[in-house]
Amino acid sequence: MPDRPMIQIAGVSKAYGSFKALDDATLTIREGEFFSLLGPSGCGKTTLLRMIAGFDTPTEGTIAIDGQPMDGIPANRRPTNMVFQSYAIFPHLNVDQNVAYGLKRLKLGAAEERRRVDEALAQVSLSGLGKRGATELSGGQRQRVALARALVMRPKVLLLDEPLSALDKKLREQMQVELRRLQQAVGITFVLVTHDQYEALGMSDRIAVMFGGRIAQVAAPSQIYQRPVNRQVADFLGGMNFIRANVVETNGTAITVETAGFGRVKTEKPSGFNDETRETTLGIRPERLRVLWDDAKAKHEIAGTIVDRHYFGEITHFIVDVPGFEKTLSVSESNNFGADDLPVGAPVRLGYDPDALVALAD
Amino acid sequence: MSRILSRWLTVYAFLYIVFLYLPVIFLPIFSVNTSAVPQFPLAGFTSKWYVELPKTPALLDAAWNSLIVGLCAAVLSTILGICAARAVTRYRFRGRTVASGLIMAPLVLPEIILAVSLLIVILSLGLQLSLFTVILGHVLICIPYSVTVLNAGFEGFDRSLEEASADLGETAFGTFRRVTLPMVAPAIISSLLVSFTISLDEFIIAFFLAGTEVTLPVYIWGQLRFAARLPGVLALGTLLLVGSFILLSFAEIMRRRAQRRIQMGGAIA
Repeated sequence: MPDRPMIQIAGVSKAYGSFKALDDATLTIREGEFFSLLGPSGCGKTTLLRMIAGFDTPTEGTIAIDGQPMDGIPANRRPTNMVFQSYAIFPHLNVDQNVAYGLKRLKLGAAEERRRVDEALAQVSLSGLGKRGATELSGGQRQRVALARALVMRPKVLLLDEPLSALDKKLREQMQVELRRLQQAVGITFVLVTHDQYEALGMSDRIAVMFGGRIAQVAAPSQIYQRPVNRQVADFLGGMNFIRANVVETNGTAITVETAGFGRVKTEKPSGFNDETRETTLGIRPERLRVLWDDAKAKHEIAGTIVDRHYFGEITHFIVDVPGFEKTLSVSESNNFGADDLPVGAPVRLGYDPDALVALAD
Repeated sequence: MSRILSRWLTVYAFLYIVFLYLPVIFLPIFSVNTSAVPQFPLAGFTSKWYVELPKTPALLDAAWNSLIVGLCAAVLSTILGICAARAVTRYRFRGRTVASGLIMAPLVLPEIILAVSLLIVILSLGLQLSLFTVILGHVLICIPYSVTVLNAGFEGFDRSLEEASADLGETAFGTFRRVTLPMVAPAIISSLLVSFTISLDEFIIAFFLAGTEVTLPVYIWGQLRFAARLPGVLALGTLLLVGSFILLSFAEIMRRRAQRRIQMGGAIA
């Protein structure tokens, strides 16, 4: 059954004294979805995750899992399992005993328990390491044990609290792929907390971006990246050029703005946009601007001068000054063209697709 | 210049250790000497002073008393220590520093003052002096040691271990039994051993609060008046020394094991 709600979060707030860690969050996470809570530290994402797990209690609002309200239900009776940031591997137990920890209470019988432990270890590619002591594991292996220990319980929801942050870059990228594959294999709803936008973009079906205890936007990765609702979201998800723009007119879901270089642009109105506002921001991602070589033509182009360039291997970043703009534009150009040929000070023409321009609430 | 200094430092360290431990070495040496007078040259080797020990009923009574007092004091001060260590390491509350300071205070209070004040309080409460009052006094001086050992065991204990247990379906009691207890067990054993040893060797409080039932150190003190019994005292002292040394070494091994576990548990966080 597609799109069946698995976690329903309704008006949930968490206050510590006068400080609101989470402010009126409302969100539905669907069954079988890989969902990410993305935001900087202190944005309330971990607080929300811990309330889903049952480690913290909402000050206001309710959380339901699979249709069951979770009010007053402690962590040990919830259909959720968690992979902790520190992994929380029991140091006095070996790998098998760690994975079997939760099964012991289910009294499955030795044979069935053995089978489930082996199955879980195979899922995370740790077969044969069952007798290893917890102290003899590498960081990546500890993380796999934490995963297996949670998955073996066959939870309705698997919660992951920054599971990759302790790993080095290469291992992290490998684990991203593996986590995604694992989620699709087991079909369990995954809720991931992360501050790394690439992690969220790369693994999730949908992302909730959070700032200061509030949910700013909930959408699919490409939507979040290409059509952020405001400057904060746009900025958090990667580089973006911001250009001051005058509002010409607003009309239902559309907005027309005007800037120096891009002229008049009609685009989607960001949700919650105040129609009285006369001035706003127009955004375009650096990779959506492309350098026009020699006499190449584009339907839409602007002209400027290169003021700086940064070489990054697969791409080069050009900083371009466009007459009439307060700030320079940042352009990222893939290096399979002759990007080396453009020196600082050279005039340059940039092509763009008007669809790549987004109006942003401030 | 610094080379000369470092050579003198070695000499100083050597002399220091000799000063500390030489008298202690004499104890076992004279305890196997045939002569009843502790002086050089040694008269000959004998184990008779040791053989005679179990034939002294008063000594056996004192040993039995010491055992009871030591066990009770160790168990009580460890239980109280667990509560204190958990509170101090886990929760942030008003007066936390003051509380831990007060718990540690008996460590630096002059023991004789402590003993006299305890005596006054116990007598004014109308209590009889007995092994029970000795136990109370010993709990008081053992707690700082228990808390120190247990703090190390509880500190840095990754709280998410207990959360992980709850998350995997375990109840609060089950979590304590299956995670918390095994994690801090080495520290608890270490605390038991340390407080037992301290109680076993403690003299002043036992002397003031014991009444007619004496512990080993008080018994030894009583025997010192009789010159002829000195070799027996030396033999007994040697046994106490060796026993204490073994217990404390084992306690230290346990304490280190506890620390390793804790460090591993929180290493990645």
